[in-house]
Amino acid sequence: MILTIAKREVSTLFLSPLAWIILAVVQVLLGYMFLAQIDNFFLLQPQLFQLENVPGVTDIVIAPLFSLAAIILLMIMPLITMRSIAEEKRNKTLTLLISSPISMTEIVLGKFLGLFFFVFILVSLLMLMPLSLFIGTTIDVGKLLSIYISMLLLLSSFAAIGLYLSSLTENQTIAAVGTFGALLMLWLIDWIGEALPNNHSVVSYLSPLQHHQSMLEGLFDTADVAYYLIFITVFLVLTIRQLDRERLL
Amino acid sequence: MSLSAVIQVENLSRFYQNQPAIKNLSFSLNAGEVLGFLGPNGAGKSTTMQILTGNLAPSEGQVTINGFDIIESPREAKRQMGYLPEHPPIYREASVDEYLKYCAQLRRINKQSVSKAIDESKQQCGLTDVGQRLIGNLSKGYQQRVGIAQAIIHNPLVVVLDEPTVGLDPIQMRDIRRLIKTLGQDHSVILSTHILSEVQATCDRVQIIQKGELIYHSSIEALNLSQVPSVTIGLNHPPAIEQLKQIDRVTHVDAIDSHHFKLFFNGESPAQAIVQQSVQQQWELFELIPDQRSLEDLFIELTQDENSGGASVHAEEAGV
Repeated sequence: MILTIAKREVSTLFLSPLAWIILAVVQVLLGYMFLAQIDNFFLLQPQLFQLENVPGVTDIVIAPLFSLAAIILLMIMPLITMRSIAEEKRNKTLTLLISSPISMTEIVLGKFLGLFFFVFILVSLLMLMPLSLFIGTTIDVGKLLSIYISMLLLLSSFAAIGLYLSSLTENQTIAAVGTFGALLMLWLIDWIGEALPNNHSVVSYLSPLQHHQSMLEGLFDTADVAYYLIFITVFLVLTIRQLDRERLL
Repeated sequence: MSLSAVIQVENLSRFYQNQPAIKNLSFSLNAGEVLGFLGPNGAGKSTTMQILTGNLAPSEGQVTINGFDIIESPREAKRQMGYLPEHPPIYREASVDEYLKYCAQLRRINKQSVSKAIDESKQQCGLTDVGQRLIGNLSKGYQQRVGIAQAIIHNPLVVVLDEPTVGLDPIQMRDIRRLIKTLGQDHSVILSTHILSEVQATCDRVQIIQKGELIYHSSIEALNLSQVPSVTIGLNHPPAIEQLKQIDRVTHVDAIDSHHFKLFFNGESPAQAIVQQSVQQQWELFELIPDQRSLEDLFIELTQDENSGGASVHAEEAGV
């Protein structure tokens, strides 16, 4: 049942040109950045020989690329999540789901799974870039895997916030702007935490981007994974509660 | 609860903030019955329909569908229920077949029977020829049919239709009414509407709701019997009213204008006698209309008691 709703969600996404354009734009932007990073690597290469404990291609090219990708996608994810529930509300098609023998939890999980599938496609396509480096060099596969998982988790947590804000309104634009604001706030928290003289870690710890950064460095910590999973669960539960609450109003 | 009641509603109330939308509603729907839910706009019809189908939570009271409470065991209750809301919940960018397949899956129809269920509901709603077309490109009447197909695809015990003929042209209306009538053969149907002729044409029983309260309920048959029947006639050379009263079975005569009269009668229609007399005495009969305005009269009478300005407007619409 969850799968049925997820399938519908994905096919609606890909029926509109929006999803395709987003995939294309992200590829072009990051493709350019990728090339710039490789150029950068060639410039640095002579100096690297003099260092001990040399950072590899994975650290110099791939990690910065996906650090940037996180910021670019922070601005783009709201466009993907905005219509998820808001559009169904506006078109009154949410009634179809609610009057079917399905629980709210299944509806929300289905919606989220659909968004996750999009995230999966997006990140997997981006991963082709670092994989292409295998042609000329060797890459730290463990680090690459850590980056891949981190991207999936980070974007899924963006999607969970987006889904929640989409359930609050009938208006897609409001959902998008709200999600964008919330994600920007989370990014700011990361900065603020670093700017604070002491106790900075607590504030930064709340930001998903902080956890992304440490996973990009190849530190695959279960605490980070747990953080993402809790983050996602909280927003999914909030979404379920919001939809349930609307029946009482 | 009687065994044959498929929907049982007890003391249902619903408040928006502190404003009551429906107050203490109790009624039941029997198996195989078509129940007309009649009321002016804003009387609480849609609210009631939404509560019955689990889209709104009631403030007080209880709804059971085939023995399952809509709040406590929503899954079982909703499985027995098909719902066409005021705005049909259709995806404009999907084709009719895709949409119905999605609905069938949502209703947990098992894989092998999905295509059979789609074919059957398409056939019942006259959609066989438009399966490949996008719903957004269909006319309003066909979209409404898709909405109904969606509501019956899982062969539910009860079908709830909320104003299914709003915005349709007269021919589409007639088709949809015919469809509702056939639905009544296999399902129990609740039909909410403010169009009186629709209720008279399709329902077995009628309930009138006004300002959130049930103010009348009766079977259509009983309703028709309880009214004193009448015919309206038009005569070019009318005789004295006394002479019209002499006609067999006529009990009372009202003059509408100098050429039109309303004749009330007991038992069978005196039409034949009127025609014979007219020919013999050269009244030049040019019009003879059996009156079927009983429900409309009742509706106006009941809803205008409350002195609400809107009621007369709806009654005019109802004449369509």
